[in-house]
Amino acid sequence: MALPKRDELLKDVNYDRMPSKHWMDTKPEFRPGTYCYAAEPSVVEDLGLPNPRKWQPHDEDWKLPPNWKEIVLNAIKDRMERFRSFKLFMDICVRCGACADKCHFFLGTGDPKNMPVLRGELMRSVVKGEFTRSGKIFGRLAGARPLTYDVIKEWFYYYYQCTECRRCSVFCPYGIDTAEITILAREILHEIGVNIDWILKPVRFSAFVGNHIGLQPHTIQENIEFLLDDVEEITGIRPEVPINKKGAEILFVTPSADFFADPGIYTFMGYVLLFHYLGLDWTLSTYASEGGNFGLFTSHEMMRKLHAKIYHEAERLKVKWILGGECGHMWRVVHQYEDTALGPAPKNLEVPKSPITGTVFEHAKSTKIVHICEFTADLIAHGKLNLDPSRNDHLIVTFHDSCNTSRGMGIFEEPRFILRHVCNNFYEMPENTIREKTFCCGSGSGLNTDEYMEMRMRGGFPRANAVEYVHEKYGVNRMACICAIDRAALPTLMKYWVPEVSICGVHELVGNALVIPGEKKRTTDLRFEPLKGVEEEA
Amino acid sequence: MNVVAALVAVIGMVIVVWFGVGVLKLYTLFGVLVPYAALLTFLIGLIYRMVNWAKSPVPFKITTTCGQQKSLPWIKHSRLESPANNFEVVLRMALEVLAFRSLFRNLRADLRGRKLYYGSSKWLWLGAILFHWSFFIILVRHLRLFTYPVPGPIKVLDAVDSFFHIGLPHLYMTDVAILAGLTFLILRRLVDAKVNYISHASDYFPLFLILGLVSSGMLMRYFLRVDLVSVKEFVMGLATFHPKAPKGIGVIFFVHLFFISALVAYFPFSKLVHMVGVFFSPTRNLPNDNRRVRHINPWWEGVPPKFLTYCEWQEKFKEQLEQAGQPIDEDCYKEKKS
Repeated sequence: MALPKRDELLKDVNYDRMPSKHWMDTKPEFRPGTYCYAAEPSVVEDLGLPNPRKWQPHDEDWKLPPNWKEIVLNAIKDRMERFRSFKLFMDICVRCGACADKCHFFLGTGDPKNMPVLRGELMRSVVKGEFTRSGKIFGRLAGARPLTYDVIKEWFYYYYQCTECRRCSVFCPYGIDTAEITILAREILHEIGVNIDWILKPVRFSAFVGNHIGLQPHTIQENIEFLLDDVEEITGIRPEVPINKKGAEILFVTPSADFFADPGIYTFMGYVLLFHYLGLDWTLSTYASEGGNFGLFTSHEMMRKLHAKIYHEAERLKVKWILGGECGHMWRVVHQYEDTALGPAPKNLEVPKSPITGTVFEHAKSTKIVHICEFTADLIAHGKLNLDPSRNDHLIVTFHDSCNTSRGMGIFEEPRFILRHVCNNFYEMPENTIREKTFCCGSGSGLNTDEYMEMRMRGGFPRANAVEYVHEKYGVNRMACICAIDRAALPTLMKYWVPEVSICGVHELVGNALVIPGEKKRTTDLRFEPLKGVEEEA
Repeated sequence: MNVVAALVAVIGMVIVVWFGVGVLKLYTLFGVLVPYAALLTFLIGLIYRMVNWAKSPVPFKITTTCGQQKSLPWIKHSRLESPANNFEVVLRMALEVLAFRSLFRNLRADLRGRKLYYGSSKWLWLGAILFHWSFFIILVRHLRLFTYPVPGPIKVLDAVDSFFHIGLPHLYMTDVAILAGLTFLILRRLVDAKVNYISHASDYFPLFLILGLVSSGMLMRYFLRVDLVSVKEFVMGLATFHPKAPKGIGVIFFVHLFFISALVAYFPFSKLVHMVGVFFSPTRNLPNDNRRVRHINPWWEGVPPKFLTYCEWQEKFKEQLEQAGQPIDEDCYKEKKS
């Protein structure tokens, strides 16, 4: 599965050339690089999910249960009864096509079934064909078809070729949200044991250990100690990282990748330097050690199960409020699902109030969870941070809005406000590719796996294309973001499309710029890369 | 194929009416029974549709945020794109329903080599606005046939719509606009490769049906003149539930009447319900106040989540916790004893 060269990848892509065959007559080709592997039976079994077995999507026989059709139809009916969104989105699409060229997977593949309208139609056609009389009578004329084995394969292929980014839903005149359809389609597929390993493995680890890669409590601590060694070497300061501290004021929850994965670790260094500078009374939890939630990519029930530990831990530790780190889908869950799924918040939690500025975060008064960018922006606005943005002068920075925090939360100004204060060179990408119109990294919703590389590079192309533009125009060499999947996926994407650009979290740049009393003169940034001007001096 | 099927269906309707009224003289069937049946279907169907949607709960507040959230007091939030309360939601919905806000955002992506370019693409918005607003105004204008005396506002609307006094009877601007809008929407489906590929016969059918409706109406007004007094008398009869068999009205009128009947009867069972459905759309009709106001999910409320609790976890990793010097929570054991 050699990945085609950068200039070759898109040579067959043409948005205005459609197949001669009707879309109901075309089948997906399970070509390596364009689909994810199936979950191992042990993983499926441990999670108590249906139909654990050895199978792969490229197999002819998927070993579905004998009554798979009945299970799927019942599952659809059940979701229609429980989700008005689903029922409505099946009814009101007029196929105006406004969404067609808004999907990054369509822009990277030219495959018509990646047009959000057709992605929805894959499900809509079955709903019409199986549940409505007109669909049964008029069939294809009404856009209806029966549910077949091939439809299941097609669903798997295309509902794992959607990153639930919601860009299409911004452009849809009725707000039809393909993410909602994809989430439910995946949920339905799980009922017959159609799943992917890259999502279910982290789900299992999260469910039984606490975080995505199964870091045990001592390992988390060791990792953090390593990071603190580096922080000490760079700044001369060794911040304290309280772990599982009862009675702390704030519980800090961040995606676990920030503990161990480059470049998230530098973001983590930024967090701890900031907390040290402020003298914050905070704690980390090795139990609630994961903000990310691959359950969201599995089912609503799994999302709830994995997220429950955060309030549970906040209650046990008797903290006053929760501070959340930089993560995209964690914040989709925190912002749009948590309070509903797991609230009301434990009684010991109070309306979040910054101990430094006294700002009461009224907008989070029910969930009691504040985004770290809201917290830091407030500090900067009150002049509480001593910042030296010139320490980021070796970087020419742009900002990538993550899908979930953009279209499922609306946090646009806070990170930008921070960036403008911690670095001197900040340039926006073109306006049609940022904020609510931002493009996905191409690997969201649990698709950042190696075997899916070709599709990731295709899906990430629109984002990379915008980065390349600012790289060529302003010399941008660093893209900041507030999402752990971005930090995992974008470096690979950049290496392929725009190798001159590296990726960081916003708080890494905060950590670079923060002038901390008692620190030594910094000569490098948190990555041990020399600061501007230092090389010449030496 | 799809286009032809839709076109044949609409032409078929003309033939049916022509045969039924013109040849068989079934005035009561086509003039009274069909319109009443259609109206009844419309009302019952639409109510059923809305009740059916309303029966399914909205388990989560999944607003699509298209602008800055309301967070810190010194950051201006986007009231229309990220509404923070119900009043702002009403504003957002009004903009969406009356001005097609989201469609106005439309862009066109072009790939040249390995570079993507985005251009503004407001044609669809313009076509949709022309079509929908003209249709609405034409409908309102028709009230002059249902009322006696004709209310002032409708007279004014009529005068404004025919302001340019072109031809006799004066040409309505909305007639031109709706034809332009419809033509654009049909051509777009035929010419744009992407839209053509996704179009079903059921996407062409309502367009042709409405084109037929509009054309028959215009033919009646401008060319095959029908006796307006008889039409009004007949329509008033229908409207007051004292239908009288129409006399001396041309077949063209019955074609027009049949088209509108077909349209309203078809309405609740087709994609045309988007007109009502948009108001139900949870990504647009909910405020982005999730962390401030708790949203209740009826099927989860009172059902506690099942998950690995801290104490279970501590049991599992006790050794590692002790080795690493992380605190052991004695409360886990107290609770067990008590």
